[in-house]
Amino acid sequence: MRRPVLTTVTSILTVSALGLTACGSTGGGKGATAQAGTPITIGVSVSLTGDFSGDGKALVQGYDLWAQDENAKGGLLGHKVTMKYVDDASSTQQVVTNYQNLITQDKVALVFGPFSSLLTIPASTVTNRFGYAFPEPAGGGPSVFTRGINSLFFVQPAAVEDNLVSFTQWVLSLPASQRPATAAYATEDDPFTQPQVDRARALLEAAGVKTLSYKVYPAEATDWTPLAQQVISANADVVILGTQEPDGVAFIKAFQQQQYNPKALIETAGPDQGADFSGKVGVANTAGVMVPAGWYASAKTSGNAKFVTEFTAKYGGAPGDISGDAAEAYSVGQVVDQAATKANSIANSALITALHNGTYQTVQGPMAFDATGKPNGATFLVQWQNGTPVPVYPAAAAIAQPLYPKPNFGS
Amino acid sequence: MTLVPQAIILGILTGGVYALMASGLTLIFGVMQIINVGHGALVILGAYLSFALLRSLHIDPFLSLVVTMPAMFVLGVVMQVVFVRPLKGDREALSVLVTYALALGIEGLLGFFFTNNYQQLNAWYETASIRLFNFRIAYVYIFGFALCLAILGGIFWMLYRTTFGRAIRATMLNRTAAQLVGVDVDRVSALAFGVGVASAAAGGVVFGITNVFNPGSHYDLISRLLTIIVLGGLGSLRGAIVGAMVMLVTTDVTAVVISPVWSSFVFFVILVCVLVVRPQGLYGVTVRDRA
Repeated sequence: MRRPVLTTVTSILTVSALGLTACGSTGGGKGATAQAGTPITIGVSVSLTGDFSGDGKALVQGYDLWAQDENAKGGLLGHKVTMKYVDDASSTQQVVTNYQNLITQDKVALVFGPFSSLLTIPASTVTNRFGYAFPEPAGGGPSVFTRGINSLFFVQPAAVEDNLVSFTQWVLSLPASQRPATAAYATEDDPFTQPQVDRARALLEAAGVKTLSYKVYPAEATDWTPLAQQVISANADVVILGTQEPDGVAFIKAFQQQQYNPKALIETAGPDQGADFSGKVGVANTAGVMVPAGWYASAKTSGNAKFVTEFTAKYGGAPGDISGDAAEAYSVGQVVDQAATKANSIANSALITALHNGTYQTVQGPMAFDATGKPNGATFLVQWQNGTPVPVYPAAAAIAQPLYPKPNFGS
Repeated sequence: MTLVPQAIILGILTGGVYALMASGLTLIFGVMQIINVGHGALVILGAYLSFALLRSLHIDPFLSLVVTMPAMFVLGVVMQVVFVRPLKGDREALSVLVTYALALGIEGLLGFFFTNNYQQLNAWYETASIRLFNFRIAYVYIFGFALCLAILGGIFWMLYRTTFGRAIRATMLNRTAAQLVGVDVDRVSALAFGVGVASAAAGGVVFGITNVFNPGSHYDLISRLLTIIVLGGLGSLRGAIVGAMVMLVTTDVTAVVISPVWSSFVFFVILVCVLVVRPQGLYGVTVRDRA
């Protein structure tokens, strides 16, 4: 009998292709129509494993801190709040299962959103089907708002595709003699990153900034060095990268290896991770790196000082170490608290109606939502200076002048 | 077109690292006919052990291998004795389930002790580079490739120059016949598993310096490693090396010549073409059933 080589090969390839995803767990919870004064459970699918696990942990910190504050002041309209988290392993399939279980089995009173547009899109289809309000902190890609769903609310100052607008405005505000003439772009094919980069590219090209390189790479890529080589070989004045944390770090290291120093460098995510980012690339290599942000630690926004103080007391570290994800998650709670007060109800239908009307104060600043749940504000530009991320543009939010050209890596 | 030579050189250097990681996987399959889908998790575990030594004792990642490789060897032997040896019957299928469970266990423990945040091994040679023609190569890729050559050379030496190596090759060729001529296949299997896991530690160090990683990083990794050994031929060390080189050079060159989006597709076209012509892979052999 011949050895079944093909069978073995096929089984291995099948295992390989399946990707082997892990599952989360579920437990008990409260019904969706809580009696006055009774405790309620808020369900969230978070990425505790997989590609978004770093961001998922930050979301949990922000949500937990909000719940702690909410309970300290008597609860959400008098209902003590318990957060229930289930791991989605950064999987678009698992996140759907998680919200179905949270709503139908655990019967949670409310749901908050997961991390990323990638997960928010399938999750919001489920929550909308069950009539749940879906305030979410991190799903702001254009495709999130084009599916006729009116129960979703993106709790950040601006829609994702507008995140790099402040950067382009700053670039174009430079004196003509200093203004960059060329740009290179590389982005993940992710609904969070690519729309930002494409919009920035359109704005800069319209203003005469020539595109020397534009590359899209799969979100599951793990070897970014050839991509970095392409960006480097373009030798553009400005480099705009649509990254998450792992590729954001990898690009900067590849630039260091090749001793490449563009005049300006911005990444859509990665540099917003505080000490987690500077620890990986080295503090000396952070100088001048930019990232769009809707929040910073010293912002004079509603409840921000309290948030920062409590966060550092609860989790340790310095204010500059706080991830923007945590602030965004905390903001979700703030918005829901104000909407519940306004509607005098925690019923999901009442919350949806309330959230479509009025302006809500958060640690990220005031925000209001249009019919699709898209916020109507703007982000600002943050740049790492002296080992700390500081807002540098627009002038109204800036606490320091932008460093331009960017200091060389290691300087 | 200087990007193409760069991509080829980077592909070969990175391919060496993947060859190192895949060598343990193919060695284990060759000796025991089991598919260790936990091998990626063991690579990540190796990276975390070096990370722990770097963070707590400031031991250089490459130097930490003096500690982590023996530790991982012992772990591999224990894993084989406790979890793999008891498997009877359909070992290939059962081994997938058992080693997947081990991978999940390792992932969970790493998450508990180190959190799920991304980490990276920092060393001076990760960003320092040397000029080669008109581009630069980071020392870490050169050191990693040298480590790959040293360890794979050591494994080849062991296989072809020692009595233990002859016992391994006999077991790989025909487990039953090896037993009949007096080879203690249980002992050989345990030690070979240990060698495979120890090589994962070495691969983990270079992976951990060149990539950020977290406990869940093993999913992507094991997919790539399994594909490499299928291309090279299950159980073939030489095949693992060539398969890794083909994969990394193909994907890197495709990324710069066409688009990164097409990298995996082009590689899998090559893989399918090879398997159509040689179902046993580039260096695999078709043998009579050994059971």
